[in-house]
Amino acid sequence: MDTLAAPLTIAFDYTRSLGPVLGRFMAGLRERRVLGARTSDGRVHVPPLEYDPVTHEPVTDLVEVSPTGTVVSWTWNPRPVEGQPLDRPFGWALIRLDGADTPLLHAVDAEDLNTGMRVRIRWSAQRTGHIRDIACFEPGESDISEISEEFEPVEIMTTPIRLHYQHTTSAEEDRYLRALEQGRIIGQRCPACRKVYVPPRVCPADGVAPDEVVEVADRGMVTTFCVVNVPFAGQRLTPPYVVAQVLLDGADIPISHLILGVEAADVRMGMRVAAVWRDRSRWSTTPENIDHFEPTGEPDAPYESYGEHL
Amino acid sequence: MNTVAVVGFSSAGTSLTTSGVETLVPVITAALEDAGLGRREVDFWCSGSSDYLAGRAFSFVSAVDAIGAVPPIAESHVEMDAAWALYEAYLKILAGEAETALVYGFGKGTAGDLDRVLSLQLDPYTVAPLWPGAVGIAALQARLALDAGLFTEDDMARVVGRRAEGPYLSCPLREHDVARVADGAAAVVLAASDRARRLRERPARISGFAHRVDPQGLGERDLTTVPSAVAAARDAGLDGTVDVAALHAPFTHQELLLREVVRAGSYLPFGANAMFSAGLSRIGSAAGEVMSGRARTAVGHATSGPALQQNLVCVLEA
Repeated sequence: MDTLAAPLTIAFDYTRSLGPVLGRFMAGLRERRVLGARTSDGRVHVPPLEYDPVTHEPVTDLVEVSPTGTVVSWTWNPRPVEGQPLDRPFGWALIRLDGADTPLLHAVDAEDLNTGMRVRIRWSAQRTGHIRDIACFEPGESDISEISEEFEPVEIMTTPIRLHYQHTTSAEEDRYLRALEQGRIIGQRCPACRKVYVPPRVCPADGVAPDEVVEVADRGMVTTFCVVNVPFAGQRLTPPYVVAQVLLDGADIPISHLILGVEAADVRMGMRVAAVWRDRSRWSTTPENIDHFEPTGEPDAPYESYGEHL
Repeated sequence: MNTVAVVGFSSAGTSLTTSGVETLVPVITAALEDAGLGRREVDFWCSGSSDYLAGRAFSFVSAVDAIGAVPPIAESHVEMDAAWALYEAYLKILAGEAETALVYGFGKGTAGDLDRVLSLQLDPYTVAPLWPGAVGIAALQARLALDAGLFTEDDMARVVGRRAEGPYLSCPLREHDVARVADGAAAVVLAASDRARRLRERPARISGFAHRVDPQGLGERDLTTVPSAVAAARDAGLDGTVDVAALHAPFTHQELLLREVVRAGSYLPFGANAMFSAGLSRIGSAAGEVMSGRARTAVGHATSGPALQQNLVCVLEA
């Protein structure tokens, strides 16, 4: 079945505090040096461990290892994707740096990649104290001519995360959105409890799919509401304004919407309101076709008529 | 102490919407019918899913709609394959806090790019920012096993009845070595032993159940011996050969690594990788072999994390 679907991208820049071990490790990368963690058994771990897996004590002993190492395992990535270290085909490898006992994962810019290959770090030109300060690895040995010096640990690292999805609606959601495109609001009735859900959905009380399609009015009553006084990023209206639960005539579940055209202080429970639709030329398969609700001037609905919907 | 048995199972290979609710309704209904149990007779509900899979916040909360939560129910959730939710429900019954439980898992793996989404389960400081992807990491594991001479690329292909030919997807993995990403849902019904025997003639009694995890660092463990699977099998009391095993192996080389740990007369083929329900489905399928009388002993296995980092072993007996 072809229901409405749309692309959805979720993105967030994660800022992560590093602590004493990873903070020094990342600071080392910024200075083109690789630090490993020495644990109680004498093994050197790169990337470093924060806690000793044997004694469970915090790791304090960081030792410098070589920026050159040996490929322990590898694979080829023929189609790089967004965010990866290189934008042309490259290898992924587990690389054991000289002086380390454990391998780390990184990209290798070499077409003839092989187990046992000697590779060295290619440093990024701009280094910020991040794992990406290692641009990638490349075949060869590096000269170790770094001067040891003290440096401040990195406290925070930022990693942008972006994920792309195709968001797909259910048959019920699809029907609801297509009705909105025609200026109609529909719900569906639960075959068990007979309640009309707007938008239609699986009945959360009975766990059954909704059945009979029911057209409901574009007017109803305020069940409960709040006055928004707090400004926030991306806010479209100037506070104070009212967001209310509106129980449409014919529905058993209220929807959330804005109440405008009235002072925030004058909005009441039970107040009768009607939808104010946007200009018809702007209608599409979205709840945004209804701009807001406004009072109709009818007498307030009695509490008994909406009490069970709070 | 109680013993616990599987008394019902159902699964589906689709998920139309990113919420998954619509897919769950028939699956839960079918599992309850299989167990001969009414919805209101379920003492405890437990689910496995992740919002990252379909990019939808609190998807496990909307999934509760599929249960019907009025009057109030006892419910819990794990951000893992629902095989781990089954473990929670198993403990609940062992502890005497419930007599029956329904466990379900669901996910729409095709809503996003699964390989990319799974990068986010890696170490967030030193690995995830590189976006290596699940297939690439599995390939590094496969290479180590091939280099160690544990098996050949032909052996890997034979797992899915193929020959090692054709182009590499991420060498040494070819297309047929990587399970198809799928949408899906599954439900398993558990009951304490007395109740189980009243519900069906031949329940699949859980004789051992354990899960273990290996260190997160990919270089911190031997990727070819799967220590956490070995430990879980030992803790589940698995010794000797069972009649049949259903292994959760998204890659052919992982099936071969796991067969070294779980010895069985035969192995149920693994189909598609329906994240968050695939592991639970393996246990349901293994239980189905016992309940149907085709097997006396069976193992259901589930994995989670990169390169078989976490493993769960459920031993079932007639």
